[in-house]
Amino acid sequence: MGYDPKNPMKDRITDIGPRDYKEFLPPVIKKNFGKWLYHEILEPGLLVHVSETGEKVFTVRVGGARVMSATHIREICDIADKHCDGYVRWTTRNNIEFMVDDEAKVKPLIEDLEQRKFAGGSLKFPRGGTGAGLTNIVHTQGYLHCHTAAIDASGVVKAVMDELYEDFGKMRLPAHVRISLACCLNMCGAVHCSDIAILGVHRKPPMVDHENLSNMCEIPLAVASCPTGAIKATTVNDKKSVVVNNDKCMYCGNCFTMCPAMPLADAEGSGVAILVGGKLSNRITAPMFSKVVVPFLPNEAPRWPQTVEAVKKILNTYAKDAKKYERLGDWAARIGWERFFEKTDLPFTEHLIDDYRFAYTTWRTSTQFKF
Amino acid sequence: MAKRKTPMLDELEKGKWPSFVSDIRQEAEWRNQTDVDLQTPKEVCDDLLDLLELSLKDQEGHWKHGGVAGVFGYGGGVIGRYCDQPEQFPAIKDFHTLRVNQPSSYFYKTEFLRQMCELWERRGSGITNMHGSTGDIILLGTTTPQLEEVFWELTHNLNQDLGGSGSNLRSPNCCIGKSRCEFACYDTQEACRNFTMEYQDELHRPSFGYKFKMKFDGCPNGCVASIARSDMSVIGTWKDDIRIDQEAVRAYVGGEFKPDGGAHAGRDWGPFDIVKEVIDLCPTHCMGWNGNKLGINNKECNRCMHCINTMPRALRIGTETGASILFGAKAPILEGAQLSTLTIPFMPMEEPFNELKELIEKIWDWWSEEGRSRERLGELMQRKGFAKFLEVCEVKPDPRMIKEPRSNPYIFWKEADIPGGWERDIKDFRKRHQK
Repeated sequence: MGYDPKNPMKDRITDIGPRDYKEFLPPVIKKNFGKWLYHEILEPGLLVHVSETGEKVFTVRVGGARVMSATHIREICDIADKHCDGYVRWTTRNNIEFMVDDEAKVKPLIEDLEQRKFAGGSLKFPRGGTGAGLTNIVHTQGYLHCHTAAIDASGVVKAVMDELYEDFGKMRLPAHVRISLACCLNMCGAVHCSDIAILGVHRKPPMVDHENLSNMCEIPLAVASCPTGAIKATTVNDKKSVVVNNDKCMYCGNCFTMCPAMPLADAEGSGVAILVGGKLSNRITAPMFSKVVVPFLPNEAPRWPQTVEAVKKILNTYAKDAKKYERLGDWAARIGWERFFEKTDLPFTEHLIDDYRFAYTTWRTSTQFKF
Repeated sequence: MAKRKTPMLDELEKGKWPSFVSDIRQEAEWRNQTDVDLQTPKEVCDDLLDLLELSLKDQEGHWKHGGVAGVFGYGGGVIGRYCDQPEQFPAIKDFHTLRVNQPSSYFYKTEFLRQMCELWERRGSGITNMHGSTGDIILLGTTTPQLEEVFWELTHNLNQDLGGSGSNLRSPNCCIGKSRCEFACYDTQEACRNFTMEYQDELHRPSFGYKFKMKFDGCPNGCVASIARSDMSVIGTWKDDIRIDQEAVRAYVGGEFKPDGGAHAGRDWGPFDIVKEVIDLCPTHCMGWNGNKLGINNKECNRCMHCINTMPRALRIGTETGASILFGAKAPILEGAQLSTLTIPFMPMEEPFNELKELIEKIWDWWSEEGRSRERLGELMQRKGFAKFLEVCEVKPDPRMIKEPRSNPYIFWKEADIPGGWERDIKDFRKRHQK
């Protein structure tokens, strides 16, 4: 029995929600739920949590690509069946965690994970992502699945992580570093509070498909979608359409979201912006936004060398210069942004000075600067 | 179909980091060899890779804008996706996404994952995201006729529902919580599940002007990023004193325990210095160390977590626990990015969470009434003012809700609060003051 297209409402089940997490908790987790006393990172990618009952759970954390095939998930299941009694979990940053309840089970698990490679040679399960190091990049769909992408996502992430691979498995940084990527300003990956954010941006105003616009879009919605009021209704060749005031356009793409007849993406116009210094944790300092430090780099598939280079430069300068526990944004705030640009050797241009809403709050209104 | 050349993708198979290209290729190979009665085109993964190669070459994506797709009775959970070169890539001409509502904190039994894989390889592309940004399991790409089939099997055989999309409540998400974290101030997983189940209707049927996200963080470390990414951020906290084990503090000072749970072990930072690394970094300067005993003036503590993170074996969160509730975070589109604003400094978080449900329903009513189309809650809060928002929440203003008082004097008074009201007689005025 299964779905009957002739009788779609028959035996329909709805509104049942997700599976109950309690079904999926490993026994050692269930037994010690809410009883954990402390944790320790024994080595990169290996944690132990100790319960007040004296029991311990050992967690091996490995990176994964967010895009994952059923074949690969089955392999994860094989490993979990072999070593972890059939339980496994993912983290919010696309890492995979294998948990065991006995220290003796750790070594065989790690050895098993380490020897698994894809046919192309890359590691299937690199271990790391813990402590004062680099963890996995959270990212969006990119060219694999999204219609508004300014750049690819998975490809850029692969290129950056290949270069920064060592830091995934080390804990040599002053504090956690979270890199995130969103392939357009819609930011379904919400990268605006990341230590380093890689963001797909456009630089050309939308094209207007006058021929088809009135059939594809609600004109008032397209007009209303523009945050700067750059779009007006008009008539072109007796067809209702819109006109864009290019001088007012900031290429956010919100009009394209509302109106498919206004595409922006362009091989030369679209590319990468880099933002730094955001954080979400309340540790020591309050959460803060990332700030744009590189306004544009070209969209250079398949390895994005300029993007990779800029990220590396920022990360390595921070690693060398910041104090223990200091997040990237706290470091930049302490040394001052004039020093940040000097030390990272990134060019400072007029594009980096805010001119949107509340821009004035970011201008220097004191004489407290450094020469 | 003749195999196309893919020099860009080949490049993305090199290097150490797991290659998604290699992974999709192994799935393509599986499809070509399997004797499973595939209900979607065999070449799905091949065409997907070839389309990606073309996109990388063109530096432009090749998916059409939107497209209607869904399952009966739901207004969310399915994202319509059509390729803009269907003749070249027929296997992915329709390639819709299903969002599958994840269980709290992404714990799984392999039995469930295997069932899902079997279903998705047969009726979809076999390609997923584990997980999407909001939290759902993303099933990436199937044909229009398979949508109902997948939904039927998910609900009947896997006892599993879809997640949210569009102008719905999006699938709530949470950190790992009490399952494996000593910092969790409340049961984030239960809260997440409870709200998800309570608001199934809002999750599946668009009843709002725009999306609404809620996320449950167990402590101010904020591992699920609720403060930046959710319209309602529920962040665990405590009211009483940090619990201190002085013996363990001395063990940290003596070098017996590694600071920060060993997080800094990859570099020689020298011996642990409690004054430099904890006392002096405390943002409220409410701690002291006399060489033998650690003191905390808890009344002045703002619970930033630094000391607890640094000495987890010595310091523990208090016992009077609950959550701070903040509202209005969002990404930049449209008016710029926003972080959530503290609205309820402390709320106990016990099942069935009625206090928070009453609050959220008041807010939804106001947002539905006053919000414009595609206006996030945070934008409405800015447009109408935080004072108005507090009135809606029926919450008294408190200095904890602001960074600093306003610096401009443009106060909106209510007429009722001003003695004599606003109506005055100009003729009477003129009797006292000539033109």
